[in-house]
Amino acid sequence: MRRLSERAIIAVKVCVFLLALAPLGRLLLGVFEFPEWLGANPAEYITRSTGDWALRLLLVTLGVTPLRKVSGWVWMARLRRMLGLFAFFYVIVHFASYVSFDHVFDVRAIVEDVVKRPFITVGFLSLLLLLPLAATSTHGMVRRLGAQRWNVLHRLVYVIGPLAVLHFWWMVKRDLTEPIIYALVLSILLGYRVREKWQLSRRMQPIR
Amino acid sequence: MLIKRPSDIKPSEIMPRGIYMRRRELLKSAGFLAAAGFAGVGSGPASAQAGAKLPAFRKSSLSTTEKPNSFKDVSSYNNYYEFGTDKSDPAENARALKVRPWTVVVEGEVKKPKTFGIEDLLKFSLEERIYRMRCVEAWSMVIPWVGFEFNQIAKQVEPTSKAKFVEFVTAYQTDTMTGVRLPVLNWPYTEGLRIDEAMHPLTILSVGLYDQMLPNQNGAPVRLVVPWKYGFKSGKSIVRIRFVEKQPKIAWEAAAPQEYGFYSNVNPDVDHPRWSQKSEKRLPSFFANRKTEMFNGYADQVASLYAGMDLKKFY
Repeated sequence: MRRLSERAIIAVKVCVFLLALAPLGRLLLGVFEFPEWLGANPAEYITRSTGDWALRLLLVTLGVTPLRKVSGWVWMARLRRMLGLFAFFYVIVHFASYVSFDHVFDVRAIVEDVVKRPFITVGFLSLLLLLPLAATSTHGMVRRLGAQRWNVLHRLVYVIGPLAVLHFWWMVKRDLTEPIIYALVLSILLGYRVREKWQLSRRMQPIR
Repeated sequence: MLIKRPSDIKPSEIMPRGIYMRRRELLKSAGFLAAAGFAGVGSGPASAQAGAKLPAFRKSSLSTTEKPNSFKDVSSYNNYYEFGTDKSDPAENARALKVRPWTVVVEGEVKKPKTFGIEDLLKFSLEERIYRMRCVEAWSMVIPWVGFEFNQIAKQVEPTSKAKFVEFVTAYQTDTMTGVRLPVLNWPYTEGLRIDEAMHPLTILSVGLYDQMLPNQNGAPVRLVVPWKYGFKSGKSIVRIRFVEKQPKIAWEAAAPQEYGFYSNVNPDVDHPRWSQKSEKRLPSFFANRKTEMFNGYADQVASLYAGMDLKKFY
């Protein structure tokens, strides 16, 4: 399991790709074939579900590195970009459904919403911050930026994760159970990195 | 080893106490985390009195001519927090609600306090009232309720001059209501109206939907319907009605006073702090492109109740 052949890695990637597309496939089937899947408020169902999956995939992406280090499965690093791009993809569909269903492309109403309502503001901000990450996801861009600068830029995800959870937290009317669960998972994933950094700096101290 | 060191933060320091104390129960019911994605669709609508036909009822000139939503839409998508906070939860969980025997105690500032059995309530002369229903969450439906005007109850109990408000207390069944284990709202859910609002001919107690007894998830066996106010003002499964002198504290106002007021009249000019109330999504449409009307389109009948009041202040 630690190392996989190139063919096995491709097989894993194809599986992950199809799995990550499944929620979208389900929504499309709901829209065109099985309306009962989406219930009486299909637009809300689509907005909620794409938001949920964007957040879940963001957390899964943030989980790749800790899981790789803990398990020693080095090939997992090869899944990170695809998962991150899928998170971005669901964010875009989520935003598109908000723009079209909730505001029917009324730009003024959207701007007012973004400015006036904190939960929309942080949601929109995390979308904006994701743009440079998605745009620099290719090998070519990594080369052009240089690995170090690319790494610094992509640390933005440590800001995006909390903003996304906050967006959900502030959106909820009353029952905070779900946002709390997401916040816990996020704090475990970020806490792992903080601890690792701390251990590293301790190891670097000169021994007397 | 990296993974075995205990974390520096205790769960109790992160979670609100109420949720921390119930974390095991929560995890048990948290099947929804996995289920939310793929399973989504539940079993059909639940109802202990499902399919039971209503006694005869007449049509009413107070009904709208708009096309009603389907029975399925009305009975599978609504809020009833005692059965969970998702709008598909009530249809899945309200099956357990015990609706017989059922009594409604009417008391307080009245000359003749009285307890009505559900059988007594079904004997009132029933009318179909097809009303617009505007949820505070900015979606709306058209619903053919069957019921009778609340003022008929008042006539029988004879409110005194001290009766300025009416408080509606709803059912609190800890053994059947899965949602009341969490302190989401103050249970039992309590609502209230000013006496003139309660006595208005548009205000009804509903016992039916289409030609059937009210499904459990919609507030069986008897609920309030006040069509010019946001949906949450129309309390479900009512067990106690109190005529009182002071304005009662209603559930959502107690939970979030900056977001929900006692009056909660449908008003496109007063936004919810987190979303606009200017337009609404008339289900099952995808688009929120319907302009919300003042008093949900009932201004001709009810605007006079609020003459001279600043409705931005009394939201």
